[in-house]
Amino acid sequence: MNVFTKSIIASLCVAGLCSVPCIASDKNDDDPRAGTISDTRLECYFEPSSQEPASPDSEGFIRRWTLLEPISKPNRSNTVFTDSYLREAFNTEYFPDQFTVVPKDGQKVKVDKQRLRWHSFDSKLYNIKLFRFASNMETDVYGVLFWAVTVVNCEEDIPNVRMSVGSNSASMWWLNGEEAVLLSGDRRMVQDDCCSKRLTLKKGKNIIRGAVINGPGMSDFCVRFVDESGNPVTNYTITNQ
Amino acid sequence: MTAAIALLAATTVSEMSASAQIGEPYIHDPSTIMLCDGKYYTFGTGGGGLISEDGWAWYSGAVRPGGGAAPDAIKIGDRYLIAYSATGGGLGGGHAGKVLTMWNKTLDPNSPDFGYTEPIVVAESYEDEDCDAIDAGLLMGPDGRLWLSYGTYFGFIRLIELDPETGARMEGCEPINIAIDCEATTMMYKDGWYYLLGTHGTCCDGVNSTYNIVVGRSRNVTGPYLDNVGRDMLKGGGKMVIAAGNRQTGAGHFGHYVEEEGVEKMSCHFEADFDRSGRSVLAIRPLLWKNGWPYAGEPFKPGTYEIESERRGYALELAVDFVRMQGGMRGWRRDPNEPLVIIENQKLEDVIDTWPEGDIDVRIGDYMFRPHQRWTITEVPEAGGYLSAPYYKITIEGTDRALAATADKEVITVPEFTGAPEQLWRIEQLTDGTYRIMPKEVPGTDEELVLVSVADSTPSLGKFDFNSDNSKWNFRDH
Repeated sequence: MNVFTKSIIASLCVAGLCSVPCIASDKNDDDPRAGTISDTRLECYFEPSSQEPASPDSEGFIRRWTLLEPISKPNRSNTVFTDSYLREAFNTEYFPDQFTVVPKDGQKVKVDKQRLRWHSFDSKLYNIKLFRFASNMETDVYGVLFWAVTVVNCEEDIPNVRMSVGSNSASMWWLNGEEAVLLSGDRRMVQDDCCSKRLTLKKGKNIIRGAVINGPGMSDFCVRFVDESGNPVTNYTITNQ
Repeated sequence: MTAAIALLAATTVSEMSASAQIGEPYIHDPSTIMLCDGKYYTFGTGGGGLISEDGWAWYSGAVRPGGGAAPDAIKIGDRYLIAYSATGGGLGGGHAGKVLTMWNKTLDPNSPDFGYTEPIVVAESYEDEDCDAIDAGLLMGPDGRLWLSYGTYFGFIRLIELDPETGARMEGCEPINIAIDCEATTMMYKDGWYYLLGTHGTCCDGVNSTYNIVVGRSRNVTGPYLDNVGRDMLKGGGKMVIAAGNRQTGAGHFGHYVEEEGVEKMSCHFEADFDRSGRSVLAIRPLLWKNGWPYAGEPFKPGTYEIESERRGYALELAVDFVRMQGGMRGWRRDPNEPLVIIENQKLEDVIDTWPEGDIDVRIGDYMFRPHQRWTITEVPEAGGYLSAPYYKITIEGTDRALAATADKEVITVPEFTGAPEQLWRIEQLTDGTYRIMPKEVPGTDEELVLVSVADSTPSLGKFDFNSDNSKWNFRDH
């Protein structure tokens, strides 16, 4: 089930000046934070994925993702995120078909005793605010492991591009099943923090899979493809399947 | 008391790196350094702060009530405005924050005028919003408008405008987001640019702290603040100002101090000083500028150098006979199979007997790495210091012959260093990377004079002028 409803969609807030996360067009008398800079409702950050293929934004950021409710992975500090720790954490199988599934909105998986649901969203921001995804799902927000999947559709091969990622905190990203980039350590999300080696986005569907781990603090990520000059690649579409 | 402090300073500095402030400079999140009635002050997280008589030796004693995290200070008119947060959620903690401001007529807790006004709340955050209202930073813009940035790694850094008369938030002012995921932000203005400085990296991890200070800039105080590759600080952008080094890790909480045009300094803490049990200490560094971007200079490293005039590129030297080395011109059209020989440098013992025994004048000449041109710079910790560093003696390598200021505002060398104030030198790196060299005292005058080139070959003492290469020198090790 999608967490959004038509009525909620009707009251979606819009991004204001200076990247204020949520300036709602309507005021809510019951919630003094609604429509203010302090608003943290889910609709400030996400809207349901439409049926139409999406495009990267003007800076090439991919905003359409299917996100799994966070897996509990307690860590009191982000300083434990060494390369070896992350390779073990990210290559552990938490649920069936973890490295191959292209999940549908509402699909569920079982991780130990947790039953977790996939949610398909279009982010209203260039980045994906995992923390707010989790807080609005009323799940754990700290000590968590997120999985994200999206599909990039190309009309022809696009060679010599790099997957460019920023994440808070550490993360690993795969393109068509191959590891593309690892962001280790206690990281803040920074645009173009780490890039993959040169890759080819092949004609047809390309599956991007990411895992983001976080102890305390905020969690989010941003992903785009850039060309040899560092300019954003935008000549593809994005779908959930 | 003075002697006791001097002895402590001497003992301390001998055991520590030259880069550290001496005394007991233990602090986290030092506020912008304030000069008040001849003393320097900085406040820190948790309340209280440090006081220094000279800017080099720092001790606990500043008084700042309210606790909380990461204060800042600014002087407006004849009053000091202190901004601080009453809270400090910490990793995984709550984020219901409050930023407050309060005034004081003096920062000297022993003054009868000392007394804080009732704090005023100027910014708040809810428990779970995308901002934690702590870590205040103050800026007086060139137009007399007062700004306060706040926030931490938990979400956005925000900006509000304050009333410079009351310290309260301007009526109708709503916070705006100007960056993400920084800590201890502050701002400065220079040459038409607003600069936003924030701390990135991992806080509070001692010797493993990756804390570092980055900067972005904007033509407008409200942003966007972009880094050197055009990334918005709202997208994590930032150009490095200072990180770990000199056996210190975890640089955080920038503060800007302008002595005068061309002489700027920055303060911060290092979360772990490896020479002080890994404790968090105050650091003061020269602030340099390159292509419109600020960065921290290194602490001056004692050693033996050419002292090169920025004016012509000639070297400061003793006014003694030039002693020619044997050999002369050997040309280049020689037998290529002739074995190469190493020519030894001219040595002090080769020439010192040709030098007068008393005072010797100095001049500026072609650098030939000869003994009369090689100056050894040594800390004199018992002489105290100035904002950031101790005084130095400047002697000819291998001798005790010392550079000295004279009562007629000239420079000479005396045969032995005695510790007299005219033989002590303040060495400060300027914003363009060159240095100014200033005697602690010039006999018979209270004027602050610096070593200058009055001609290509003639040094003297004169007024410092950042816009003249006559006032600038380089220390070259070559």
